[in-house]
Amino acid sequence: MISTPAVPPAQPARRAPQVPPVPGPAGSTASDAPVLEAVGVTRRFGPTVALDDVSLAVHPGELVGLLGPNGAGKTTLLSLVTGLRRPDSGVVRLFGGDPRDPANRTSLGTTPQETGLPATLTVGEVTDFVAGHYPDPMTRGEVLERFGLTDLVRRQTGGLSGGQKRRLAVALALVGRPRLVVLDEPTTGLDVEARHSLWQALRDYHADGAAVVVTSHYLEEIEALARRVVVIGGGRVLVDDTLSAVIDRVSLRRVTVTLPGADEAAVRALPGVSDLTRDGDRFEILASDADALVRSVATLPFQGIEVRGASLEEAFLALTAGPSAAGATTPTSPTTQEVSA
Amino acid sequence: MSTLQLAALHTKYQVLETLRVPVAVIGNLMFPALAMFFFVVPQQSVAGNPIAATAAVGQLAMFAVMSTCMFTFGVGAAEDRALPFDPYVRTLPAGPAPRMIGRMLTGGFFAFLGLVPLVLIGWLFTEATVTPGRFGLALLVVVGVALPFLGLGLGIGYSTSAKAAIAVVQVILFPIAFAGGLFMPPQIFPDWLDSISQVLPSRAGRDLLVETLTGVEAYAAALPVLLGWGVLFTAFALWAYRRDEGRRFR
Repeated sequence: MISTPAVPPAQPARRAPQVPPVPGPAGSTASDAPVLEAVGVTRRFGPTVALDDVSLAVHPGELVGLLGPNGAGKTTLLSLVTGLRRPDSGVVRLFGGDPRDPANRTSLGTTPQETGLPATLTVGEVTDFVAGHYPDPMTRGEVLERFGLTDLVRRQTGGLSGGQKRRLAVALALVGRPRLVVLDEPTTGLDVEARHSLWQALRDYHADGAAVVVTSHYLEEIEALARRVVVIGGGRVLVDDTLSAVIDRVSLRRVTVTLPGADEAAVRALPGVSDLTRDGDRFEILASDADALVRSVATLPFQGIEVRGASLEEAFLALTAGPSAAGATTPTSPTTQEVSA
Repeated sequence: MSTLQLAALHTKYQVLETLRVPVAVIGNLMFPALAMFFFVVPQQSVAGNPIAATAAVGQLAMFAVMSTCMFTFGVGAAEDRALPFDPYVRTLPAGPAPRMIGRMLTGGFFAFLGLVPLVLIGWLFTEATVTPGRFGLALLVVVGVALPFLGLGLGIGYSTSAKAAIAVVQVILFPIAFAGGLFMPPQIFPDWLDSISQVLPSRAGRDLLVETLTGVEAYAAALPVLLGWGVLFTAFALWAYRRDEGRRFR
């Protein structure tokens, strides 16, 4: 359990991540300089183009959600940012330098993927190992307390539950007091309660002044964490906007209905239809305006109508399909969004 | 963080990790000892001759060290690379050096451990003999002759997948061990094989180690040959590490 209260009390032990006073060029201060910058980045894997001319900048203190379906290029982008891979063309800068140079990663915090931790080492040992790489890390006690892991300090990581491993993985990202935290799907596979406490711990750390980039294919996670959302699909940046603007753009509904004897072209012409597939008389319609669609369907002979939130993946496909689908927005309240991924 | 501090950090946790799986350590201890016991001790012509017996200990020590370097740390690196923790460690603010130095020190430590039973069997069951001074020096020489193979092992480990690494290591290890005179003394080699043998790092390492133990002089080119391979294999390891981007799928 993470016992972080919603409003963190003043704790002298919680130091803000250090921002060294680097002299910037005339007219800009160092604290405005992007902590992370990608300019025209392309990366291929054989014939597959994972990233296609992507440009992105993250500034100090930002909380950015990187959203996209599986295979969209999120993880590839992060691997360039963390220095694991090199772009084929374009430039990636981390704190103004090449992320492949270890010195430029001193203020970067990341997590192992797939909760891959050395199974035979204990929680305390893994924490100390990672902390040993940084000039001014949190103490073992401090970081484990932030994530409610204090009681597990002597447990081997191989014996932890999935949720405990996840918490430890995120704790490792923060132990070095990074100014930029990059998290790839931090809460995949966690139950609701564990997910919420992990989010709270991340918000607390962000409140200390760090920039956070988090990828997810759960809209709920991005909603809970991010203020700015970058949507990636097919290796490109599709949307880079505030959270609320993005939520409006992806609020598609999936309407499934049987329309005996209906003509496909006629159904496609109904108001609010963004895309459809059919199986006999059964139509599966992606609707940008479900209300309008249902009103017109009601004038036809119909059976077994179902209305659900479309998955983000479907929403992204609609976004990429054309400007007409992307531009059509519904006045749905964002809080009712539910995304099945 | 200085490279030295980070190397100490990596060494500490790699030793800890290896010790947590004691079977791996025991395997290292057993193999050279068993080879000594079954192939050297029963041969009275070797076991009963102080120089030949001591040289046999040296040869097998060379093989043990070589195989530890290439299996445990070549194949080991390839296996680690397939684990999700490895790419994570590569995002930490440390270059390749601390990781490599850590592996080398850890490899050296366990290679030494593997030599203990071998030396004990040589001492108890054969006429092998060595002065304390030569023995101390030999401990240093073992480290020196091991390093090129660690470079080779790591180079293979960082440039191939775990399954391929096992095959590649086997294909390389046994021929160069045999041709290097680690199973049979090179004195019985035909001339053509002896000539090939002398340009191999295994032979150079063997002769230097045997010279240290027995005083039987190594051939003149042994040290330059070993150094040359050492530089080449270290460069190979660094090159492989730098170009490595984790697992590859097609």
